[in-house]
Amino acid sequence: MISKLREAIICLKAGKVTLGYPFAAEPVPGRFRGRPIFDGQRCIGCGGCANNCPAREILMSDVCQEVRVIKYLGQRCTFCGRCADVCPEHAITMSQEFETATNDKKDLQQEMEIFMGTCQRCGRCFTNPGPLEQLMMKGYRSDNLEAARWIYKSRSYLVPETDPDITIEFD
Amino acid sequence: MLSKLCQKAFKRSIWVYHANSGGCNGCDIEVLNVLTPFYDVERFGIKLVGSPRHADVMLCQGPALRSTAKALRRAYDAMPAPKLVFAIGSCASGGGIWYDTYSVLGPVDKVVPVDFYIPGCPPRPEAIIYGVAVALGVVDKKVAPVHIKQLEFPIARYHPEDLESQDGMVVYKKLDKI
Repeated sequence: MISKLREAIICLKAGKVTLGYPFAAEPVPGRFRGRPIFDGQRCIGCGGCANNCPAREILMSDVCQEVRVIKYLGQRCTFCGRCADVCPEHAITMSQEFETATNDKKDLQQEMEIFMGTCQRCGRCFTNPGPLEQLMMKGYRSDNLEAARWIYKSRSYLVPETDPDITIEFD
Repeated sequence: MLSKLCQKAFKRSIWVYHANSGGCNGCDIEVLNVLTPFYDVERFGIKLVGSPRHADVMLCQGPALRSTAKALRRAYDAMPAPKLVFAIGSCASGGGIWYDTYSVLGPVDKVVPVDFYIPGCPPRPEAIIYGVAVALGVVDKKVAPVHIKQLEFPIARYHPEDLESQDGMVVYKKLDKI
């Protein structure tokens, strides 16, 4: 009996522990990484984020010589922050937004049309500092924005474009 | 009449079924975290059940794999009719980092129709509660697609979507701006 009373007193002492979250705002911890926010005015279109994204969900497509479209899909982003890390212009910031639940995947997308200055002589030419960077940088790229797929330009000459999706028969 | 009553009662007590189709267990831990008294989703009437036949909502974690896609589909088919599917985590909503490997089919919406997506790797317990609150209509969703243009080119070549046909000719809509 006394032990039960003691338990009741302990429970009353603890008070209300439950968070009032969806009704009351809840501060996030300081180093929390939420979804990345792309600044379209700062971006120079170098494509470092697209080449370093582990989930490969930053797509690049060169519409023509002067316009490059960079599209962030957001659906399989792990918020690792590597894109923000490699960005030379600090155009990507990891925000503290975590309230990203939607009923439509397209709400998560961010698309930028970037004006690319071109070499008057040869279109777009530049050299990368080392051989490794030259391998990583593929120059012009034309990922499939509609199907949300990377296209390896160097390999697309060898392998014909096939839909890699597998069908499984449901009974 | 009965279906209307079902629709109305659906919001009051949601019984969730927790389906992991090949995730890394990170999202499972966050979901179980949500069910603890600290976050306490039982104030919304949410309760974890063990069988899809008792459930109203399926919480999907992990991508649809070759080996688990069929089982996931069968679990979805076993749920009674007013049903929702939540894709929790970046694997379920987008296929995860290994979305194009051999064993991964892709996001779970290739197998079952998904109603709400909660991205994150794993999403915070608050983010999951937020998704539930969006589904219940307690709060509105905050994200919207972003489209930024650095320059508006006055040349039709760059914007084929602005070309329209007038009197048998192709006319660029924004031509008067030049």
